[in-house]
Amino acid sequence: MSQSASAVEPPPSKVRRTSFNEGTGRLAALLLSPTLIVLVLVVVYPIISALRESLYTSGGIGDDGFVVEGTQFVGLDNFAAIFSGETGERFWNAFYNTTFFTVTCVVLETLLGVLMALVMHKAFKGRSIVRASILVPWAIPTVVSALLWKWIFQADGVANAVLGTQVLWSTEGWQSVLSVIIADTWKTAPFIGLLVLAGLQTIPDEVYEAAKVDGASPWKTFTRITLPLVKPALLVAVLFRILDTLRIFDLPYVLVGPNKESVETLSILAFLEANQTRYGPAAAYATLLFVYVAVVAYAFVKLLGADVIGEARQTGKKAGRRKKGGA
Amino acid sequence: MRFERSHTRKAVALTVASSLVLFAAACGSGDDGSGGSGGSSGGALEGRGPIKFATGKDTSGNLKNQVDAWNAQHADEKVEITELPESADQQRNQMISNAQIKSTEFSVLNLDVVWTAEFAANRWITELPEDQFPDLGKLLPSTVETGKYRDKLYAVPVTSDGGLLYYRKDLLDKAGVKAPTTWAEMKDACAKVKALPEAKAASCYAGQFEKYEGLTVNFSEAINGAGGVVVGDDGKPNVDTPEALEGLNFLVDGFKSGEIPKAAITYQEEPGRRAFQEGNLIFHRNWPYVYALANKTDGSSKIAGKFGVAPLPGLKGPGVSTLGGHNYAISAFTPNKATAADFIKFMSSEERQKANVEKTSQAPTWASLYDDPELNKQFPYLAPLKASIGSAKSRPQVVKYGDVTTAIQEAAYGALNGTTPPKDALAGLQTKLSTLITQ
Repeated sequence: MSQSASAVEPPPSKVRRTSFNEGTGRLAALLLSPTLIVLVLVVVYPIISALRESLYTSGGIGDDGFVVEGTQFVGLDNFAAIFSGETGERFWNAFYNTTFFTVTCVVLETLLGVLMALVMHKAFKGRSIVRASILVPWAIPTVVSALLWKWIFQADGVANAVLGTQVLWSTEGWQSVLSVIIADTWKTAPFIGLLVLAGLQTIPDEVYEAAKVDGASPWKTFTRITLPLVKPALLVAVLFRILDTLRIFDLPYVLVGPNKESVETLSILAFLEANQTRYGPAAAYATLLFVYVAVVAYAFVKLLGADVIGEARQTGKKAGRRKKGGA
Repeated sequence: MRFERSHTRKAVALTVASSLVLFAAACGSGDDGSGGSGGSSGGALEGRGPIKFATGKDTSGNLKNQVDAWNAQHADEKVEITELPESADQQRNQMISNAQIKSTEFSVLNLDVVWTAEFAANRWITELPEDQFPDLGKLLPSTVETGKYRDKLYAVPVTSDGGLLYYRKDLLDKAGVKAPTTWAEMKDACAKVKALPEAKAASCYAGQFEKYEGLTVNFSEAINGAGGVVVGDDGKPNVDTPEALEGLNFLVDGFKSGEIPKAAITYQEEPGRRAFQEGNLIFHRNWPYVYALANKTDGSSKIAGKFGVAPLPGLKGPGVSTLGGHNYAISAFTPNKATAADFIKFMSSEERQKANVEKTSQAPTWASLYDDPELNKQFPYLAPLKASIGSAKSRPQVVKYGDVTTAIQEAAYGALNGTTPPKDALAGLQTKLSTLITQ
């Protein structure tokens, strides 16, 4: 369209080239705009809206007994309140719990997940059944699995019957933390297993044959061939799990219950505030969690070089490009 | 033409920015709202037409029959049931979300008794002129109180609920003791029953002590049963008293001595009921719904026909139950308030309540129904339940009920766990409630 327009009035060649680019750019912007608008609507707007919300407060009770209507701008007061006094202790406890769950669960899930992937990768009879059964936990909604585990961990439940003890799993203390870790690992190790399995399947058999010919031990084969080659997939899986576990909510909330110090996480704090219709402080908690997740994700990508977005680009282009992508 | 290109970029940026501003503005206007449209004045209830009735999931299966009875008589003012989730928290959340956008979707709201203050103070429900509800005097007075906020009526009680003491009648008879009316009698009775060989492994007593709303209920009952209060009649917290301490100590000592089993700290209604049905408990505090289930003869209950019910025991005499139940209120935003009011009158009428009790065993609020001989034959627990509800106390009627109940649970749970001395728990609770309740 713009090309035909430029043909009517022939400008100098240099300008013409620019105008061609100009036209393409405009067309690109036009074609991309639906996507951009959707992204703005579903990603940018909620974030900005939550940030805005976190600066407001509402809900004081007037002398007439009625709630004062409307919202008041309070600047950073909601954030200041989170870090002061008893609320501060609660916040740091939740922060610690969130971090502890993330580190412990992701480490356990990674170990188990890789193990599962190695098993699923092996060719043996009934492999498809093993694959399917390993994936079952991942297919169950988290809340449902939380209810299942709650049932297992109740005072007269299966866990106590099997162990032959009377552990009260949902009470404060290490046992409630352990129950959440067990349930989370059970549920999400298959996820890592699945992604790692996909990575394993891209490794050509020739490499293993060559290792065998060279007389490499199974352990050496695993550490020198399997791990490095599966690393991109593994890192993406671990990154996803970290992001997911940082906002862990369903398991501690349903399995153990709200207001339990031992398993209270940042998402639970945000939820409890919103549940009391205090949306300002709730948004402040959510914003802090958002920043925390963003920082951790950034650090993870920077430190370990997990190439989340560059993956497709890398495989599509030549090796020379890979250096650039990695840098 | 670099200029033009940057111009385009600017235009794009401007468009995006302005659309964001628009959104923010649209959202902002929703937040700020124009006050006073709620019609919280106690004036006339006007407007007729079809309405929607928002209620929690109907587990009784009888609600449809009740509403059908209304619809058969009112062709132009049909009522449609909107079932919300089974969880009370989610019902409350959905009703609040609807109220916050001033939706006209729901007309009549089925509110848990503890939500009245919050909904009234936020102007989400309409004040009801008491003279338009002449039958209020025939309802149990304690239940009518739960529909009030600052002495003004906002909701009409339709179902009630009170705690009952379930006891193993077979074992008590064998040991030659009667149903206890005080905690000391219960302790003695338990000791005598446990002397029997078949009751050796059983524990004395359990209620609901997991950290959730049930703990607030049981804690309040212990405090009230010893003559104390959590929040006084003047609306001020007064929980740091010797009476309250004695009440709390009933539970704390029970856990210490093992009369209340250790596992009871994880009991909600259902685990407690299972323990009682398995024959692991001699006395058990629970709601009336347990009666039918524990009497099932399909093998799910080992104690069918072997238990009795009594009002809760207290320190020096009969105890004090915490009041449960549901009230119907009119949304402040519905245009058809007259229809809504008529529907509430209809549902709380003697005829409807009787029909409902017969089918569902939900506790009615209509006082005379408790003395109906036929109903008493069908539901032998009605007499003790009337005593329980008649003297029952409601939980604090405060706007920030969610915070108050959390504070109560925090204090009670710490004391029962043995992590906080009971005296400190009450003192801490008093301080906390004082900052939460500023009336």
